[in-house]
Amino acid sequence: MDTTPLLQVTGLRVAVGGKEILTGLDLCVRAGEVHAIMGPNGSGKSTLAHVLSGRDGYEVTAGSANYRGQDLLAMPPEERARAGVFLGFQYPIEIPGVSNVYLLRSALNARRAARGEGEIDAVGFLRLVREKARLMQMDESFLQRGVNEGFSGGEKKRNEVFQMAVLEPLLAILDETDSGLDIDALKVVANGVNSLRAADRAFVLITHYQRLLDYIRPDYVHVLAGGRIVRTGDRTLALDLEAGGYDQMLPAAST
Amino acid sequence: MTNNGQNQALEELISRRYAHGFVTDIESDTVPPGLSEEVIRFISAKKGEPEFLLEWRLKAYRHWLTLREPGWAKLHHPPIDYQGISYYSAPKAPKGLKSIDEVDPKLLQTYAKLGIPLHERARLAGVAVDAVFDSVSVTTTFKDKLAAAGVIFCSFSEAVREHPELVRQYLGTVVPYRDNYFAALNSAVFTDGSFVYIPKGVRCPMELSTYFRINQANTGQFERTLIIAEAGSHVSYLEGCTAPQRDENQLHAAVVELVALENATIKYSTVQNWYPGDEEGRGGIYNFVTKRGDCRGANSRISWTQVEAGSAITWKYPSCVLRGDNSVGEFYSVAVTNNLQQADTGTKMIHIGRNTRSTIVSKGISAGRAQNAYRGLVKILPTAENARNYTQCDSLLMGPNCGAHTFPYMEVRNPSAVVEHEATTSRIGDDQLFYCRQRGLSTEDAVNLIVNGFCKQVFRELPMEFAVEAQNLLNVSLEGAVG
Repeated sequence: MDTTPLLQVTGLRVAVGGKEILTGLDLCVRAGEVHAIMGPNGSGKSTLAHVLSGRDGYEVTAGSANYRGQDLLAMPPEERARAGVFLGFQYPIEIPGVSNVYLLRSALNARRAARGEGEIDAVGFLRLVREKARLMQMDESFLQRGVNEGFSGGEKKRNEVFQMAVLEPLLAILDETDSGLDIDALKVVANGVNSLRAADRAFVLITHYQRLLDYIRPDYVHVLAGGRIVRTGDRTLALDLEAGGYDQMLPAAST
Repeated sequence: MTNNGQNQALEELISRRYAHGFVTDIESDTVPPGLSEEVIRFISAKKGEPEFLLEWRLKAYRHWLTLREPGWAKLHHPPIDYQGISYYSAPKAPKGLKSIDEVDPKLLQTYAKLGIPLHERARLAGVAVDAVFDSVSVTTTFKDKLAAAGVIFCSFSEAVREHPELVRQYLGTVVPYRDNYFAALNSAVFTDGSFVYIPKGVRCPMELSTYFRINQANTGQFERTLIIAEAGSHVSYLEGCTAPQRDENQLHAAVVELVALENATIKYSTVQNWYPGDEEGRGGIYNFVTKRGDCRGANSRISWTQVEAGSAITWKYPSCVLRGDNSVGEFYSVAVTNNLQQADTGTKMIHIGRNTRSTIVSKGISAGRAQNAYRGLVKILPTAENARNYTQCDSLLMGPNCGAHTFPYMEVRNPSAVVEHEATTSRIGDDQLFYCRQRGLSTEDAVNLIVNGFCKQVFRELPMEFAVEAQNLLNVSLEGAVG
C-alpha cells in the first residue's frame, strides 16, 4: 500500500486582514481515508477549506501544503480543481442563466483536458449525470436549472455532492455540507459521500455537529481550536465532544 | 493567487484586439468632405433617383439645418464636424454588374474574411445576404430564390429604381425626416441600405440579412432600411456591422423603418460590432441610429433583438408603435461596453391600439471605464384599453470604474393598463468566479459562462446561426473584463 500522504499540511499559518486565523496547523491525509474536522465557531475550519482550495484574501505566513508531491498553495484554484481537489461549499453560489449541466460539463472537460483526455461525448455525459442524479435522488429537472438558482438550502447542498459525484475528485473537502439539512437530506448526502468512498480518494469533512458522523464513519476525528488541531482521535472523540462540548478539549493555556 | 495577480491576468485578457479592424485597399469614388444641397443633388443624381426622392432629401436637409444635436443622452463626445465628413464613397466597379463574378475579388475577400461568403459556392445556407460596403450595396444573394416566393430583397437604391411606388408609399411614414436630428441628416444624405417586401400571406423562406461594412476613412455611413410585411406575412431579418480600426471617429447614422400590417410578424435582429475604439478611447464609430417599427395592422408583431458590442458611442432606441389592436412589441437587448465605450440605448413602446402588449428585456454589461445607460419609454395612450407592458432591466458591472444607469419613463393615460418594471444591478462577484474556478474553469471561461448566463434571455431570441456568433462576440468583447 502506498503510504505517501495525499495531502500533507505542515505548520500552516494563515492571516486574514492581518489577523492570524490558523496558527500552525498540521494535517496528514492518506488516500482512502475520511477525516472529520470539528471545532467551535471561529476556530478556523472554513479558513482551512478556503486556503486549501485557493480562495483569494488569505495570507499564508508560514508552513506548507503538499498535495501529491506538488506545492498546493502555489497553484491557482482551477489547477487545484483539475488536479482533483474539490470543495463542497458551505454557501453554494448562484449563477443565474447557466444550467447545472453546462457548468458541470465545462468543469469535467477542464479536468479531462488537464489529464490529456478528450472532451466527454454528449451521450456519455448524459448517462453519467443521470446516474449521479439518481444517486443523489435529484429530479432530472435540476440538471437544466440555473446553477443553484432558486434552490432551497438543502437542494444546494445536495447539488454540491452531486457535482462531486460527477467530477470524482481525489481529495474532497466538504465545508459544513451537513448544516441546514433535515434528516432525510442528511441521509441522501451521506449516502452520496459513502458511495464515493474509494481506495484512491480521501475526504475531509468539516462539520459542526457529530450527527453527520452517524452516517459517514470517519477514520479520524480532529478537533480544531484556536487555529490548530488540538486533539486527534477516532470516532469516539466525536461522541465525547457531543457529550462534553468543546471547552474540555481546549488547551489548558487558553483557560 | 493574490488579487493583484488576478487583476493582472484580467488586464491582459482585456487588451485583446478587435478582429475586424483591417482595411480593404480598393479604389473608390469618394466625394470631398462637406455637406450642402450640391452634395445631396450629387448623391441623388449618382443613383439616378426620381424627382420626388430628391425633393424629399432637400426638405430633410433644410429641416436639419434648423435643428441642433440632441443633448439629453448620457453621452459625451467632442463636437462632430459635419463638414469634415465625406457623404459618398463607393468602390469603383464596372457599370451594370451582371453577376457576382464581376464583383471585385477584393470585396469578396473582405466579406469572406468577415465570415460572410457571398460567392455562390460558399453561401451561407438558408440566409440571404445584402452586402453594403461604405455607401453602396455590393451584391445581394439568393434574389432569384426569394423572387420565386414573391419576396423582394434588394438594395435600397435598386428598390428606388425598380419599385419606386412602394418606396414612395412607405418611405418616412414610420420615421419622418422631422423625427430627430440624426433622422433628418440620414434622410438628406442616405446612400444605400436594404429593402424588403413580403407579400400578403407569405412566410419568407429564408433568413434575410444585411452586412454593413465601413471601409473608407473620413466617410460616414448613412444607410436606410425599409421592411414592409403585408397582411399575414412573416419575416426574420438580421444585420451585422463592422469597421476598420482607425484613430479617428467615424459617424454612422442609420434609419430603419418597419411596417407590419394585419397579422404580420417582423423579427429584426442586430449584431452590432462597429470598431469600438482602443483602450484609451481613441477612434471608434459614433453610432446614432433611429429604428422604429409600426404595428399598423391588428394582431401584428414586431420584435427587436439587439446585441450591441461595438461602437465608441451607441445612441439607439429601436421602438414599436402598437397601433393595431392586439399588436405585440418586443425588445430584447444586450449592450456591452468596455474600456471607454458609451452606450445610451433602450426602446420606446407606444401603445395606441386595444389589448396591445409589449415586453422589454434589457441587459447592460459594463467593464473598464465604460458607461452604459438604459433609456426606455412606455407610453399608454387613452385609446389603448387593456394595454400590458413588462420591462426588465438588468445591469452587470465588472470592475470598480464603470457605470450602469437606468432611465425608465412611463406615461400611462389609460387606467386599465398594467405596467410592470423590474430592475437589478449586480457585479460579477469574486464568489461566482471562485466557485467556477474551484470547479476547474479558467477565469476567462468563468467570466464567459457568467456573462452568457446573464444574457441568456436575449440570446435565445436570436436566430440559431447568430446566437452562436453573438455569444462569441460577447466573449471577445469582455474577455477577463473583471477587476
